[in-house]
Amino acid sequence: MRLLLVLTIAAALGAQTAQTIGNVQNGKKIFDSYGCYQCHGHDGHGGAGARLAPNPISFTAFSKYVRQPTGEMPPYTAKVVSDQELADIYAFLHSLPAPPPVKNIPLLNN
Amino acid sequence: MAKSKPDKSKLDRRHFLKGTAAGAAALAVDAPIAKAQQAQTRRGASPIGGAPSAEALAAETGPVPAAEVLTADRPGSDFMVDVLTAIGFEYVCANPGSSFRALHESIVNYGGNKAPELITCCHEEQSVAMADGYAKIEGKPLAVMAHSTVGLQHASMAIYNAYAGQVPAFIILGNTIDATARRPGVEWLHSAQDAASMVRDYSKWDDLPISLGHFAESAMRAYKIAMTPPMGPVLLVADSDLQETPIEPSVKLRVPKLTLNSPPAADAGAVAEVAKLLVAAQNPVLLADRAVRTPAGMKLLVELAETLQAPVLSGKFPSRHPLNQVGGRGLIANADLIVGLEVPDLWGAVNSYRDQLHRSSQPTTKAGAKIVAISASDLDIKSNYQYFERYPEVDISVAADAEATLPYLIEACKRLITSDRKSAFEERGKKFAAAHDQALERARTDATYGWDSSPISTARMSAEIWNQVKDKDWSLVSGAPSRVWNVDKHYQTIAGGGAAGVGYGAPASVGAALANRKYGRLSVSIQNDGDLMYAPGVLWTAAHHRIPLLSVMHNNRAYHQEVMHIQRMANRHQRGITNAGIGTTITDPFVDYATVARGMGVHGEGPITDPKDLGPAIRRALDVVQRGEPALVDVVTQPR
Repeated sequence: MRLLLVLTIAAALGAQTAQTIGNVQNGKKIFDSYGCYQCHGHDGHGGAGARLAPNPISFTAFSKYVRQPTGEMPPYTAKVVSDQELADIYAFLHSLPAPPPVKNIPLLNN
Repeated sequence: MAKSKPDKSKLDRRHFLKGTAAGAAALAVDAPIAKAQQAQTRRGASPIGGAPSAEALAAETGPVPAAEVLTADRPGSDFMVDVLTAIGFEYVCANPGSSFRALHESIVNYGGNKAPELITCCHEEQSVAMADGYAKIEGKPLAVMAHSTVGLQHASMAIYNAYAGQVPAFIILGNTIDATARRPGVEWLHSAQDAASMVRDYSKWDDLPISLGHFAESAMRAYKIAMTPPMGPVLLVADSDLQETPIEPSVKLRVPKLTLNSPPAADAGAVAEVAKLLVAAQNPVLLADRAVRTPAGMKLLVELAETLQAPVLSGKFPSRHPLNQVGGRGLIANADLIVGLEVPDLWGAVNSYRDQLHRSSQPTTKAGAKIVAISASDLDIKSNYQYFERYPEVDISVAADAEATLPYLIEACKRLITSDRKSAFEERGKKFAAAHDQALERARTDATYGWDSSPISTARMSAEIWNQVKDKDWSLVSGAPSRVWNVDKHYQTIAGGGAAGVGYGAPASVGAALANRKYGRLSVSIQNDGDLMYAPGVLWTAAHHRIPLLSVMHNNRAYHQEVMHIQRMANRHQRGITNAGIGTTITDPFVDYATVARGMGVHGEGPITDPKDLGPAIRRALDVVQRGEPALVDVVTQPR
C-alpha cells in the first residue's frame, strides 16, 4: 500500500504537480514542527543548510535527498516524515514567493 | 611547595611588628586600656573615695603590657602593585575574593586604582574572557585576580578558551598555603596546597612565589611566557601571607627589568623550501586562520598574497581584497599547494567529514597536492586536552610563528620570481578578482532571501548593522561579519573562544570594547542569546565602568547547534523529531533581553520582531553608545 502511494505521488510529483497534491498550510506547519527551519530558515531561504525556496528542485530529487542524503543532512525516513507530509512540505516550498531584487534594497547596495 | 617559616617569625612579623607600624599602633591601644581601667574599677577601687587598696595600687603602678600592633603601613601587596604597574597593566579584572583581599586593597588605595584599574566582574569566567577579548584588540594581556579553589573553578573554562586560542592572560590567584594561619571554616575550603594544578593542563606556566622578590621575578617571567608565541594564559599564586605581611624596612626590594622574547621565526632553510614551492605552484592557496596577530601582520599577509597572486581562504585578510576568496568553491580541491599559516585544524581544512551513523572522511585535495604547515603550536603542546586536533600529514612542517616568518618568506619568494612567473601570477590574479566580484554579488543576492521575514533573517540583521556602522571607526567584537561588510583593519574582527566554550562571547566583547574605548572606536557585538545566558552579569560590568558597546542580540531562542545534534540523533533512531527542542531551546518563558539589560543599567531596545523596526532601534542604541555607554538591541531572529 505504502509503495503504491509513494509511486503514485512520485509519478505525479515527477510531473511537477506536487504543489497541487500537497497541502501548503500543513506543509508550512510541519516545516516548523519537524524542525526543517532549523537549518533551512522559516521561509526555506537557507542558513546552516541549503536554500530550498523559491523554485525548489524537482520533487523527485527533493524526496530522494530527504530520504537518503549524501551530505551532512540527517535522513528523514518515511517513519519520521510520511510521503504525504513530504508532499505537503514541498507544496509549501513551492508556494513561497521570490524575494525582492537586490537593486530594490538600498541596504544591499552600500 | 609548602613554606617553612617558624611560628615565632610569623608572630613577630604579623602581630607585633615594630618600626613602620608604631605610629599607627599608638592609636590602637585606647580600647584595651579603657577596658583595663574599667575592670580595675570594678575589682579594686573603693566604692566611694578613700585610699586605693594595695591590689589596686599595684595594678596602677606595675609594668604596662606591650600593645598589640594591629596596623601596617606597607604590606607586601603594595609591592605586588608596584610590579603590576611596572609591567604596564591597564586593568585588573576581578570578582572579589578574600584570598587576595590585601592585593585588592593595595590596588584601589596604594595604587590609586590607576594602572591597573580594578574592573568589577560578576564571575571569574567573565574576568578571564574579558582578558581574552581585550588581548585580541590590544595585543597584550590585562591582569585577572581570582579567588583560590572556587574562583579558579569558575575561571577554568575561560582559561581553557584562552589556552586553546593562544591568547595571553595573566592570572593572579589568591591562596593561603600556611594551614596554621588559615581562618577556620571557609578559608580552608578556599585554599589548596597546589592551587594552580587544576588548570595546569591548559595554561602555559604557573608559580607559587614564597617571597616578594620571588613574586617580582616570577611575574616578569610569567608575562614573558604569556607573550611568547604560541601565547597563552599564565598563573601566579599570590599567597595571602605574602600579600598581608608588612615589608620590613630593612628589606630591599626591586622590580626586575622586563624584556620580551622576539617571536620564533622559521630558519632560512625551511623558508627557502616553502618559497620554492609557492613560486612554482600553479594553484597555491593560503590558509591564514591565526597567522595575523598584529596590524603589521595583516599588511604582511596581504603582501605575501599579492606577491604570489595567491588566494587567501581564511584569517584576517581584507574582505574586499580581490584575493580574499573565503568560501571559494573548489579552491582546495584544485590546489597543488596548500600553505597553512597557524591553522589549528589543518586536517579538517583538507578533509571532508560526514557525521552519519558511520562516521567517514575523505581528503578534499587532489592527488599529489603538497601541504605546508607553518605554526608555533607544536612549540607548546600538552597531552590531556585534545585541543590540537587530528594529525595532519604535510610535506613541510615549520615550527615557527607565522607572522614572524612572513617577512622572510616574502623576501625569499620575491627573489625566486622570474618574469615568466610574474606574468602567470598576474593572469591568476585577474581570475581571482573576477571570482571575488561574483562572490560579493552572490552574497548580496543571498541576503535578499527572507529579507522581510519574521523572525528576522541573520542576513537582514547583519546588513542593518553594517548600514549604520560603515562610516564609523568600528570594531566587531563578537560574531562574524557577513560578506557585505568591508573589513580592512586588524581590530575589526576578533575570533571566537579558542576552545569553543560557550559563554565566551558576551564577556570577551566587553573586554574588547574596554580595549577599544581609549581609541574612541565603536565596538559592536552580535550577541548570541544562549551565550549571554551563561553569565549575563557582564552587562552590569559594562554599565558600571561605562564601557561603550552596542550588543545586537542574535536571539534564536535556542542552543541551536545542540538542537541540531538532538535532531540528528532523533532522525537516526527514527523516533520522531518533534521533541528535539526539549532541553535545547530557550522559549518558555521567552527571555526579554532588553528588560534584562535595563535591569543591569544598560540601555535596552526590543524585542524586535518586525525587520522594519530594526534600523530605527539600532540608531537609538547607537546614540547611547556614542555617548559612552553600553546598549543592547534584542533581535528575534531566524535560527542562523
